[in-house]
Amino acid sequence: MSKLAQAKPLTPPSPLEGEGRGGGYAARSELAASRPSRRAERVDLSLKGGGEESAHRFSITVSNATLIADPCGALYWPEHGLLAVSDLHLEKGSSFAARGMLLPPYDTAATLARLTKLIAHYAPRIVVALGDSFHDGGGPSRLSAEDRDSITVLQRGRDWIWITGNHDPEPADGIGGVFQHTLTIDALTFRHLPSGAAGEIAGHLHPVAKIAQRGRAVRRRCFAADDTRLVMPAFGEFTGGLNIRDAAFADLFGTLAFTAHMLGEDRLYAFAAKRCLPG
Amino acid sequence: MTEEHTQLPDAFTRWFAARGWQPRAHQLALLEKARAGKSSLLIAPTGGGKTLAGFLPTLVELYEEAAKDKKLVSTGRGIRREGGLHTLYISPLKALAVDIARNLEAPVAEMKLPIRLETRTGDTPTSKRQRQRRDPPDILLTTPEQLALLLASADAPFLFGSLKRVILDELHSLVLSKRGDLLSLGLARLFTLAPDLVTVGLSATVAEPDELCRFLVPQPPGGEARADLVIARAGAQPDVSMLDTTERLPWAGHSARHALGEMYDLIKRHKTTLLFVNTRSQAEFTFQSLWGINDDNLAIALHHGSLDVAQRRKVEDAMAAGKLRAVVCTSSLDLGIDWGDVDLVVNIGAPKGSSRLLQRIGRANHRLDEPSKAVLVPSNRFEVLECTAAIAAVAENAQDTPPLRTGALDVLAQHVLGRAVGEPFLSEELFDEVRAAAPYAKLARSDFDGVVDFVATGGYALKAYDRFAKIRQNKDGKWRITHPNVAQRYRMNIGTIVEADMLKVRLMRSRRGGSVMIPRGGRVLGQVEEYFIEGLTPGDTFVFAGEILKYEALVENEVYVSRSSATDPKVPAYEGGKFPLSTYLAARVRDILADPKAWQALPAQVREWLEIQKWRSLLPPANDLLVETFPRAAKNYLVCYPFEGRLAHQTLGMLLTRRLERWGLKPLGFVANEYALAVWGLGDMGLRIAKGGLSLAELFAEDMLGDDLEAWLDESALMKRTFRNCAIIAGLIERRFPGEEKSRRQLTISTDLVYDVLRKHQADHILLRAARADAASGLLDIKRLSEMLSRVQGRIVHKRLDHVSPLAVPVMLEIGRETIYGEAADTLLVEAADELIKEAMN
Repeated sequence: MSKLAQAKPLTPPSPLEGEGRGGGYAARSELAASRPSRRAERVDLSLKGGGEESAHRFSITVSNATLIADPCGALYWPEHGLLAVSDLHLEKGSSFAARGMLLPPYDTAATLARLTKLIAHYAPRIVVALGDSFHDGGGPSRLSAEDRDSITVLQRGRDWIWITGNHDPEPADGIGGVFQHTLTIDALTFRHLPSGAAGEIAGHLHPVAKIAQRGRAVRRRCFAADDTRLVMPAFGEFTGGLNIRDAAFADLFGTLAFTAHMLGEDRLYAFAAKRCLPG
Repeated sequence: MTEEHTQLPDAFTRWFAARGWQPRAHQLALLEKARAGKSSLLIAPTGGGKTLAGFLPTLVELYEEAAKDKKLVSTGRGIRREGGLHTLYISPLKALAVDIARNLEAPVAEMKLPIRLETRTGDTPTSKRQRQRRDPPDILLTTPEQLALLLASADAPFLFGSLKRVILDELHSLVLSKRGDLLSLGLARLFTLAPDLVTVGLSATVAEPDELCRFLVPQPPGGEARADLVIARAGAQPDVSMLDTTERLPWAGHSARHALGEMYDLIKRHKTTLLFVNTRSQAEFTFQSLWGINDDNLAIALHHGSLDVAQRRKVEDAMAAGKLRAVVCTSSLDLGIDWGDVDLVVNIGAPKGSSRLLQRIGRANHRLDEPSKAVLVPSNRFEVLECTAAIAAVAENAQDTPPLRTGALDVLAQHVLGRAVGEPFLSEELFDEVRAAAPYAKLARSDFDGVVDFVATGGYALKAYDRFAKIRQNKDGKWRITHPNVAQRYRMNIGTIVEADMLKVRLMRSRRGGSVMIPRGGRVLGQVEEYFIEGLTPGDTFVFAGEILKYEALVENEVYVSRSSATDPKVPAYEGGKFPLSTYLAARVRDILADPKAWQALPAQVREWLEIQKWRSLLPPANDLLVETFPRAAKNYLVCYPFEGRLAHQTLGMLLTRRLERWGLKPLGFVANEYALAVWGLGDMGLRIAKGGLSLAELFAEDMLGDDLEAWLDESALMKRTFRNCAIIAGLIERRFPGEEKSRRQLTISTDLVYDVLRKHQADHILLRAARADAASGLLDIKRLSEMLSRVQGRIVHKRLDHVSPLAVPVMLEIGRETIYGEAADTLLVEAADELIKEAMN
């Protein structure tokens, strides 16, 4: 038995109904047990040398800056103690509710709870919310008192930068932080709308990638990156995605010569964009 | 004065006589019930003149009414007018409504009855629909969804105030689904609007007719009321046999490939044959294989639910015109419509239930007094047992239709909004009205209030949405909609049939000069489920519409395919119409297994198989559960035989592996079929049981349905799909908006995200409860699993073997055949990444 199989509890499976006479599944441990050695190789390949710290951290290099991509969909820049999250879309539930679809009002609290964990883990000096932090301009005023308080607590003792996005182009009152269109540190520029410039960390597109294996597809949020630019996945609880095979990404990267770092349960999986499926 | 009650007016007697007919006893019986003002349920076999029986009282009444002086009736709007809507006919299929209307026009015209009858379906033009509301016909033929739409209008009291009768066709089929729930609520509303209303239910034979009788009349608080039951004389006993194959019977699989030649001979020897299969992919396979040996070029056609409508109509027309020798079909042909002269029904594979089989057999020979002829073709050894059990059940006319549903809360939510759209309501009054509907007779007040709260503001513990309410209580205590927009959106999203998202399949025009562009357009072959296509990579081949096709590309909402020269499709399309083995047949199969005397009736190869099983292992008494353990190829297997159907076995497999994992037995996987479940792992389960370290009683203890089930359900993809359906029916997620139609692909919010958030933050939300209730009887079949676990308490027999037993072979064979799926999508990512490394390293 590999270490993996012992450390990891059997993930509860379910059949895809209609997919066969008997359905069934192979436990993760079986797959792991059959190929213990390959796993190590793969980790080396996808970590690009950044895995010594913890199994949760994977590094991506953009314009020679080494960034840690967290499987939650956040980016941490150790050199500057900077944590970036993109497209929080806070108050998306209530935004739909105002238009007659009464989605659960728990999305803001859930997104903030995940952000709280990340901040506790990395203890960043600077937090950058990379635009579309609220689903619409009225979002900040619809925040519940509790959620407003959690934002205040998160901001305590650190710099907090709200990058403006297309959903939230105007600075808002009562949510602290400073508002900026872009933020440039060293070779990197953080902005919401990707322009394709070198050294750019952007959001907006909500990249997802799809891989099919044995008649079943897996679609996950991902970081889309080449050596000089990166698009972050959306962090918000209720955010959907745009497939990286969409023309928007080819336009941005010039070609399909970029990598999708798909978010797994506890690690990232890197695939060449060409290997990923459209749709 | 019974004489007068049963007597037909002369015009009718003459009409019957002119056709050489006699009114049947059950037709007159329904007339008598109607004249006595009683609701009734007619149970009659196919070909029994059921439809005419249902309409006869209406035709007679309208005829007699016309002879009298015109009476003015109240319209509910302070005006009085003549006539008005007299009879409403509701059928599960709009094609059936149209068909019945056509059939009724003949007697109406021939007897010169002053009766106007019209249909109203989704296809009826808006102008006609509006006219029907102002100036209704005497008889309106429609569907449950259209009834709901009519009720959710301010015209409803006017339109239905004059209503005397509702005829519900194919009631046995309607009551099994959420459409039945919706219909029951509509019916309850009609009883309020037209207190003198009586109902007529038309049904095939069912196990519990009393339950259908309850459905037809308003239920009194805390009590029970039933419509009168009229049972037509049964037709001739059907002639059902099992194909006595001279070929070797397969151990597993569902193709019935071995019997193709024999089936082809049957087709040759009969005029028109219907070949029923259980799934769409089986239909495709059988159709293709029959054409492969069709040396005589017999006209053999294919009919299933995902073929293009135009193509289906072509087959139906050819069938009605007597041009076809055989049709390979799924349950898409199970219901109602008359198909001309079928003289043989072949059922390929397991019949799954005796009532279903009886209805399929009824498709042959629509004349009551001649026996229908049917041949069952088992596709493997276990199915021989199932077919034997089914033939015995048919001989006894034993029914195994499921019991009446408990009304679903998501459907109730849709109805509550519809009621507010119609006219403002008081909670108390609506609660009483809803409880008059049989499926909701036991609805708790707290659940009702929960549903109203859900409709109003989403039903969230966090009261965040008061200002966005869809319905609101005014000072008079009545709930009304907050904006006309709410009504418009309700109308656009009505209904309880949530189809899987389907994509159109187009046959690509050939590419010119190897162009990389996908040419647009091309013939539409039909529709496939979106999630099936999602699992394909361009270049994959699959069988569809009778051909092997190559998946080329997905362009917007259309799948482009080309013809493939491949002989074996790469990805089998397992879809559609899977029914689990009925509890009743399962019990009969267990009886056969337990009784060697019953084996005499079985084919020699099957008998031999069971003899060897008895010698090598054992065959348990009918109510015991046999568990075998044996090693094989460095793994240890545990195989059990609950006979509860694939869905329940899959759920059991999930739960057993969780437990075995916890107990350190390192399970690796499992596979389930209709009859058995095999679990394999690294730990020696047989040894642990023998040494007393593993108690089978504990392993199969009922408490697995507690925490283990909950933990698994939370992450199950099946549960997410179930939730999506509930969210759509209840109106949380709207599929259609004014001015645009969106598919899920374009919807900006995924129900999976909503499910995850909701279960984390409000696990007892009413929609999650609705989804769990669906899962219990639907895709996870928890109800059946729970009944089995309780049945086998203290009756588990363990047999430790050195190697695989004969009885275990079929399920073991499924292992290699199955694509093994990991629920944990990460497993697939690991694997895909592995491939990448292989590429990189070589």
